[in-house]
Amino acid sequence: MKISKIIKAIPPSGIRKFFDLASQMEDIISLGVGEPDFPTPWHIREAGIYALENGNTTYTSNWGILELREAISEHIFKLYKILYDPEGEILITTGSSEALDLAIRATIEPGDEVVIHQPSYVSYLPCVILAGGVPKILPTYPEEEFKINPQRLKEMITPRTKAIILNYPNNPTGAIMDRDTLLEIAEIVDKYDLIVISDEIYDRLVYDGEFTSFASLPNMKERTILINGFSKAYAMTGWRLGYAAGNREIIEAMMKIHQYTMLCAPTVAQLAALEALNLEEEVEKMRDSYNQRRRFFYQGLKEIGFDVVEPKGAFYIFPSIKKFGLSSEEFAERLLREKRVVVIPGSVFGECGEGFIRCTYASSLSDLKEALRRMGEFVSSLTPSPVLKEYGSNP
Amino acid sequence: MEEILKLLEQDARLSPEEIAALTGKDVEEVKRIIKECEEKKIIRRYKAVIDWEKAGKERVFAFIDIKVIPSRDVGFDEIAKRIYRFPEVHSVYLVSGRSDLKIVVEGKDLKEVALFVANKLATIEGVTSTETHFLLKKYKDDREIFVEEKPNKRLAVSP
Repeated sequence: MKISKIIKAIPPSGIRKFFDLASQMEDIISLGVGEPDFPTPWHIREAGIYALENGNTTYTSNWGILELREAISEHIFKLYKILYDPEGEILITTGSSEALDLAIRATIEPGDEVVIHQPSYVSYLPCVILAGGVPKILPTYPEEEFKINPQRLKEMITPRTKAIILNYPNNPTGAIMDRDTLLEIAEIVDKYDLIVISDEIYDRLVYDGEFTSFASLPNMKERTILINGFSKAYAMTGWRLGYAAGNREIIEAMMKIHQYTMLCAPTVAQLAALEALNLEEEVEKMRDSYNQRRRFFYQGLKEIGFDVVEPKGAFYIFPSIKKFGLSSEEFAERLLREKRVVVIPGSVFGECGEGFIRCTYASSLSDLKEALRRMGEFVSSLTPSPVLKEYGSNP
Repeated sequence: MEEILKLLEQDARLSPEEIAALTGKDVEEVKRIIKECEEKKIIRRYKAVIDWEKAGKERVFAFIDIKVIPSRDVGFDEIAKRIYRFPEVHSVYLVSGRSDLKIVVEGKDLKEVALFVANKLATIEGVTSTETHFLLKKYKDDREIFVEEKPNKRLAVSP
């Protein structure tokens, strides 16, 4: 069978291998997931059940239920003071993943360059390639807390640059961007007439500092496709519900693809999401709980000898493993085989992720404790104890 | 203080070091707050939540609604005191609604509890009626769900 060239050009997911390996093993502790450890809050599940009982099982408008679009519009305005018209500027999608794909396909033409900062979520690059675009990688560094350096961004811009994909709070680093740096990026966007696809799926999970939605910056609403969804803040990953908000013309174009490829987002999930938007307290409760575990795991990693940047958002931490003398894939594979702890090698998130591992701290406290214990044993089996090293350096 | 108390309410075995790491506070400060809460009896005591049925120990619990007529000398507090002093009594609450006091009583079998109600409770001065509800199955107690639910397992690896 002939598989299309464009599909062959996409590298296989580096995560797959770990998934296969981990699923053959017993008694593993997984810090390798990209989702909350809470089930969806009961009020939301109950609303979904009610929708089923009520027989809300038909298609909805291609745009999504108007009531939900209105609620999302209000929600965004309340949080970020950006006003989107529920009729024409908001599209409900099947997960924010679909919104991302639509945003890229609706705006990128073959040969257009798209700037992707890395380490970053695994879907950006393949989506750009699938649309015929040319991904241009902007590395970020722990010395700069994995933030985008506007100067380096500027140097990458060519006449073919069409868009930038932003993802802060960031998966896998947990980094956030400060408003001043975002303003510098906005200036570049304005100057070079770019589109920003801003994946803000972790916007509600910021622990330290303020989150700035890119579209809320001066003149940026028209240039930004805001992508968000219900998976992370409301622990609704399996419901597959997201949305895009932006410039009417672009959203209309995205809707065109959506109506032919997806028709509409799942109806039950849309109705449950309507309930979710009323549950700010639950979001805060979950955030506080992630924050406790963030502090705990960050301190724990430092204590067992990792060099690590304090994450400010999402539920990931991205420690360096450079000093242990293994590649990130070797490190993750041996940690899994020898200590049965799953972490994701940083190289999965881009070349500059090499030398790091991603750990999810959205796991129970007892699992985090046990994982730290096992990781501590593992790394001390790799390096001589600090005391020995100190004296060992003397002739 | 509230954050520390909530953590301890959930897991009383957390060490001050762990609580300090979770809350971003200093270990010494955590120790000081806990000590203060213990001294002020904000923290009454530390206990384990146990599934006795699973431990193979049958224990009989009953919720008893009690109506009382308080008098000038013998108010609700006095009657409650006469009730809560019995070691069989787990909890005593003054409640609104049709009854006045709601209590939880433990015994080794139905008969023991029934006799306790008949001989000790109903005879207290001021108690006009009792209504005993035996506990048949515990679904959730102290925020802990006691029935086995098939846990939903996350995939071990996802992006």
